[in-house]
Amino acid sequence: MKYTVNEKGFYGKFGGAYIPEMLYPNVEELRTNYLSIIYEPEFQLEFSKLLKDYVGRPTPLYLAHRLSEKYNTRIYLKREDLCHTGAHKINNTIGQILLAKRLGKNKIIAETGAGQHGVATATVCALMGMECTVYMGQLDIERQRPNVERMRILGAQVVPARSGNMTLKDATNEAMRHWINNPSDTHYIIGSVVGPHPYPDMVTRFQSVISEEIKAQLQQAEGNPYPDHVIACVGGGSNAAGAFYHFLEDEHVNLVGAEAAGKGVNSGESAATTALGKTGVLHGSKTLLMQTEDGQVVEPYSISAGLDYPGIGPLHAHLFDTQRVQFLSATDDEAMEAGIELSRTEGIIPAIESAHAIAVLNQLKPDPDDVVVINLSGRGDKDLETYIRWGKY
Amino acid sequence: MSRLKKLFQEKKQNVLSVFYTAGFPKRDDTVSIARHLQAAGADIIEIGIPFSDPVADGPTIQASNKIALDNGMTVKLLLEQVKEIRKSVTMPVVLMGYLNPVLQYGFEKFCNDAAAAGVDGLILPDMPLDEFNEHRALTTSLGLDVIFLISPTTSPERIAVIDGLSSGFVYAVSSSSTTGAKKGFTSEQEEYFRKLKNAGLKNPFLIGFGISDHQTFSKASQFSSGAIVGSAFINLLKESNNFESDIAQFVRSLKA
Ligand SMILES: Cc1ncc(COP(=O)(O)O)c(C=O)c1O
Repeated sequence: MKYTVNEKGFYGKFGGAYIPEMLYPNVEELRTNYLSIIYEPEFQLEFSKLLKDYVGRPTPLYLAHRLSEKYNTRIYLKREDLCHTGAHKINNTIGQILLAKRLGKNKIIAETGAGQHGVATATVCALMGMECTVYMGQLDIERQRPNVERMRILGAQVVPARSGNMTLKDATNEAMRHWINNPSDTHYIIGSVVGPHPYPDMVTRFQSVISEEIKAQLQQAEGNPYPDHVIACVGGGSNAAGAFYHFLEDEHVNLVGAEAAGKGVNSGESAATTALGKTGVLHGSKTLLMQTEDGQVVEPYSISAGLDYPGIGPLHAHLFDTQRVQFLSATDDEAMEAGIELSRTEGIIPAIESAHAIAVLNQLKPDPDDVVVINLSGRGDKDLETYIRWGKY
Repeated sequence: MSRLKKLFQEKKQNVLSVFYTAGFPKRDDTVSIARHLQAAGADIIEIGIPFSDPVADGPTIQASNKIALDNGMTVKLLLEQVKEIRKSVTMPVVLMGYLNPVLQYGFEKFCNDAAAAGVDGLILPDMPLDEFNEHRALTTSLGLDVIFLISPTTSPERIAVIDGLSSGFVYAVSSSSTTGAKKGFTSEQEEYFRKLKNAGLKNPFLIGFGISDHQTFSKASQFSSGAIVGSAFINLLKESNNFESDIAQFVRSLKA
């Protein structure tokens, strides 16, 4: 078990809980209870029932014929885009809302970048009748308008974060501040495998249903549960953690993380954390972080709001450090072109985040007899305005 | 004996610690503000190391961090400013900040350079106790006091652990909140202060967060060795055209 979290909350040298004392009781309450709650039979039953009947799981593993032909290999798409609310994010929010209920919390807060996690949180709050507040960077509010309105329709309050670059990092800061100020009745549903221990491990476990299904579905389709490559985009890294999880110990499966290179890794406008980051501490964990020499966090950039984050989850920092996962990156243009390509070859308009996973096929160059699974983390409805503004189709 | 220990030995009550952000409002104000605080009769100065993502801070200190960084403030520069401060300031100087800038500077190098510059204590609120244990021998050998926070939700067992690891003083956060000036205390807060007073801590403790005026300062001092003022002082600096007289007036009005 080289890649699981240790009892102190670390993956190798990354992870831990770097939090001010004001957050300690909340985080400690979670840490001491999360495993016992998650593995109660009753919890498992309720969780899997909701994933099936409400989210629509298992999501299909679809053999993409025309895309496969184009890249002269065998490509399966794991259709997380078909989840209720349009992305993998809801796997995690269902798990965390059930956990919050059992911890006796009746108020939920969340941060969101693209708005997908915010929508997924607002959705489960509506489902469970809980009060929901979502922090979102002012810039993201402007570029992800439809998701803002979806959250409002679902009854959530969307609060703009106006500090920094006014994107995901700043929304996360605001959510943490809210939690410090409201420690007893509020649960913070973090949207990715980031934050203080136990969040990275907890969110990974909730998302691991993705690779659990891939294994079973490949066994059915190919007579072999192991693909040659699994590709997933990495913002904070939750869809990737879910898609990789059950393959981590199977070292013959090549795992590929696709980061956002923005306008180019060395352009100064990028979110390619493994290429540009150094070990640091942000949002409660020690991880790879884009920062200045003086330890100030650098404002990242990507055309895709969901990848616009200066760090990655500590699990991914460890997977990078141990070279278990190969990290590649795609620029804005490469991702947008891949999004159009998938739309034209398979009739699927992907989220721009997910399009980054498709875009790295060019660099990966799989063999003709390879089986490649691409985690299609979300659908492109929310990105219509960005596609239109980009315009090259 | 460390400057902090000496202070608390000589002064058991009404210790006033004043927090301000390094490099704010102007980059080089760090030094003159320290001098004015000494002249005005403050007891400890706490200088904040600016950080891009101050998650435990409310709007006032967030804004001062941003201005300081825009002014070009760095850890290296701060340590040079402390050297300058030490030429005339004899009171204890404590540096407070988020862990990341310290880690990038290099934790050991930071402790060595801080001690050499004349820093007496460190407050790093997001440094886990476990991680500090790895560095404890170093800070002890350098004579650096390391001060940890407790909050109203910290359990009695944990308070004992934190008190055991801290030296100089313990920083008691007055409420579960981010930093910011508030008006008055609730009866629950007073109950929490009373419990702390009777908890038999080995260290003296100062109450911080929400101390903004004479009333909150003197109330807090009834239960503790004194209190820490931050946001209210930053607000003053933001408005002030004359540090010398305004800081003197501010300290006088707090202690009044
Ligand atoms: C569709 C989609 N994919 C990926 C991400 C990136 O997050 P993560 O790396 O946690 O999967 C987001 C985040 O908003 C998203 O909406």
